[in-house]
Amino acid sequence: MQRIVDALLFPLLAVISAFIVGAIIVLLVGDNPIRVYEIFFASAFGTVDGISYTLFYATPLICTGLAVAIAFRCGLLNIGAEGQLYVAAFAAAWVGFTLDTSKWIVIPLCMIAAMIAGGIWGGIPGLLKARFGSHEVINTIMMNFIAVGITSYLTQYHYRIAGDPILQTKPIFEQAHIPRMSAMLAPFGIAFPAWLPLNLGFLIAIVACIVVYIFLWKTKWGYELRAVGANPSAAEYGGINVSRSIVIAMCLSGALAGLVGINEVLGYRYRYYDGFSANYGFTGIAVALLGRNHPLGIFLAAILFGALVRGGLFINIFSDRVSKDLVVVLQAVIILFVACEAIFLFLQKRNTGGKS
Amino acid sequence: MINAADIINISLIGSTVRLATPLILASMGGLYSERAGIINIALEGIMLSGAFTGAAIAAKTGSPWLGLLAALLAGLLVAAIHAVACIKYRADQVVIGTAINILFLGVPALFSKAFFGSSGSTPQLELEQRIPNFLIYVAFLVVPLTYFVLFYTRFGLRLRMVGESPEAADTAGVNVEKMRYLAVLISGLLAAAAGAYLAIGQNSLFTRNMTAGRGYIALAALIFGNWHPVKTLLACLFFGLAEAVSIRMQGVVDIPNQFIQMVPYILTMVVLAGFIGRVHPPKAIGQPYVKERR
Repeated sequence: MQRIVDALLFPLLAVISAFIVGAIIVLLVGDNPIRVYEIFFASAFGTVDGISYTLFYATPLICTGLAVAIAFRCGLLNIGAEGQLYVAAFAAAWVGFTLDTSKWIVIPLCMIAAMIAGGIWGGIPGLLKARFGSHEVINTIMMNFIAVGITSYLTQYHYRIAGDPILQTKPIFEQAHIPRMSAMLAPFGIAFPAWLPLNLGFLIAIVACIVVYIFLWKTKWGYELRAVGANPSAAEYGGINVSRSIVIAMCLSGALAGLVGINEVLGYRYRYYDGFSANYGFTGIAVALLGRNHPLGIFLAAILFGALVRGGLFINIFSDRVSKDLVVVLQAVIILFVACEAIFLFLQKRNTGGKS
Repeated sequence: MINAADIINISLIGSTVRLATPLILASMGGLYSERAGIINIALEGIMLSGAFTGAAIAAKTGSPWLGLLAALLAGLLVAAIHAVACIKYRADQVVIGTAINILFLGVPALFSKAFFGSSGSTPQLELEQRIPNFLIYVAFLVVPLTYFVLFYTRFGLRLRMVGESPEAADTAGVNVEKMRYLAVLISGLLAAAAGAYLAIGQNSLFTRNMTAGRGYIALAALIFGNWHPVKTLLACLFFGLAEAVSIRMQGVVDIPNQFIQMVPYILTMVVLAGFIGRVHPPKAIGQPYVKERR
C-alpha cells in the first residue's frame, strides 16, 4: 500500500503544481483560470465524444511513452521518438499505397513495416552507442532532423499526387484501413458515432502496454535490460552482454514509437502527411516520466496528456486571451516538476520525521 | 544552365557570416555550460525566449536596445531555471533541457495571443528598429574572448576543472556549485543574444519556432569543434556556409534542399562515432556533483 502511495504521490504533486503554474499564467494573460480549467475538463471528459477524442489523442502518447520508458529502463534517453515515428508512419503508408492485396495481408505488413522502420531508426543510435560509445541523446536528436528531411523529401519528390498543394502522399488502398471504434462495436449492437477517429490503434496501444510489462518483468531479455539500466558495470560483471541490451532496448524503443504510424496512417489520415506529429515524441518523454516508466503509469499519464490536447483545442475556441499553447506549457512544467522530484522531498522528510 | 558564379561569389561570404552568427553566439554559450559539466540541450529554448522577448519589447517600446536588454534578462531567467533544476535539485540535465525547449514552443505563442492578438508572432518592426550588425560584431568578439577566458584566466581554469574533475576542484577550494551556476547563466546570456539576433537583427519580428533547430545545430557545432572555441567557430562557419549555399541553390540546382539541410546532422553523427578524430567531452559532463560531508 505504501508503495502505491509513494508511486502516485510525486506524479500527482507534479501535475497539481503544473496546474497551479498554469493558473498563474492564465491570470497573467488576463483570463479566469477557473473558467479555463472548467472548459478544459468539460471538453475532455464531459461527453462520449470528448472521452473518445481524449483516448484518440492519448493513443500516440501511449506508444511514445512506452518507447521512452523502455530505453529509460536500460539507462538510455531516447529523444528520437519523434524521428522514429516519422519514418515508421512513412513506411506504413508506403506499404499501404503500394500493395493492392487482401486486408489480411496488407494490414499486418503495414504494421510490421512501421515497427521495423522505427526499430531501425532507434537501433542506429543504439548500435553507435554500443559500438563507439557515442552519446544516444545527441544521435537521436540528429536522427530526428534526418528523419524529417528524408520523409519530407520522399513525400515532396516521389509520392505526392501531382499538383497537390498539401505536402502529403497519395492515399493508401482501402484494404489497408484499420477499423474505427464504431465499426468494431457495431457487431455487439453498440451504437458509436462513426465520425469519431478512435480506432483499432488504441487497442493496439493497450496490447503494447501489456507486452512491454511482460517483456520487462517476465523475460530474461527484459531482466537483463533492466539490470543494465540499474548498474551497467555490475550487469557486465554478472555476465550480461551490455552492448546487446543497449541495441535491443533502442530497437524496441523505436519499434514502439513506430506504432504511432499505425494509429495515424492506417486508422486516421489514410496517407502520410508531412510533419503530422504534434511533438508526440517529445511529449512521450513527459508521459514516461510522469508514468514512472511503468506501462500502467504511462497509460494513465497518456490519458491525462490526451485530455490536455483535447481541452487545449476548446480553450482555443472559447477564450480570446488563452491559446491551446497553454497545454504545451503545462506539459513542459509537468516534466520540470517530475524531473525535480527533490523539490517535494521536504514533504516526505517531514512525514518520515513524524513517524520515527 | 547552372552558373557556379551564381552560387559561389563574394556575397556568399556575407551571408555565411550572417547565418553563422546565431550559431556562434549559441554554441559559445553552450561551451561555457558544458565545459563546466552541465549539458545544455536547452540552447534552443533559451534562443526562443530571447528571440520572443527581444521582438516583443522592441515592438512595445520602439527601442531595439531595450529589446536586446530584455532578451538577455529572459535568457538569464531561463538559464537560471535550468541551473537550479540541474545543480540544486540534481535533475537529469537532458530531461530539463528538453522540458525548457518544449516550454518555449508554448510560452511565446501563449503570450503573443494575449498581448498582440496573433498566435505565434509579434508585430513587424520598422527597419530602424532593428540592430542588423551589432550582434555580428559581438559574436566574432566573443570567440577570442572565450578562448582567452578559458585558457588564460583563473576563472577559465576553474571552470574547466569543475567540468573535468569536480572532486579535485572542490578539494582545491573551488566552489563547484557557484562556478556551474555562473557558467549556465553566461550560457543563457549568449544563447538569448543569438535568439535576439534572429528576431531583431536578421529579421524584424518573432515568428513561431523561428530558431528552427538552430540551437541543436549550435550544439552539433560544439561537439564538432570538440568543445574548443576556435574549432567550434570554424564548425559554425561551416554550417553557416552550408545553409547559405542551400538557400542559393533553391530553384537553381536540382538537388533537393532537404539533403543539404541534413549535412550538419549527419556530420555530427559521423564525428561522434569517432570516424574523424576523437571527441573529448568534458569528463564530468552530465553528472551532478554531490559535495561530500566532512
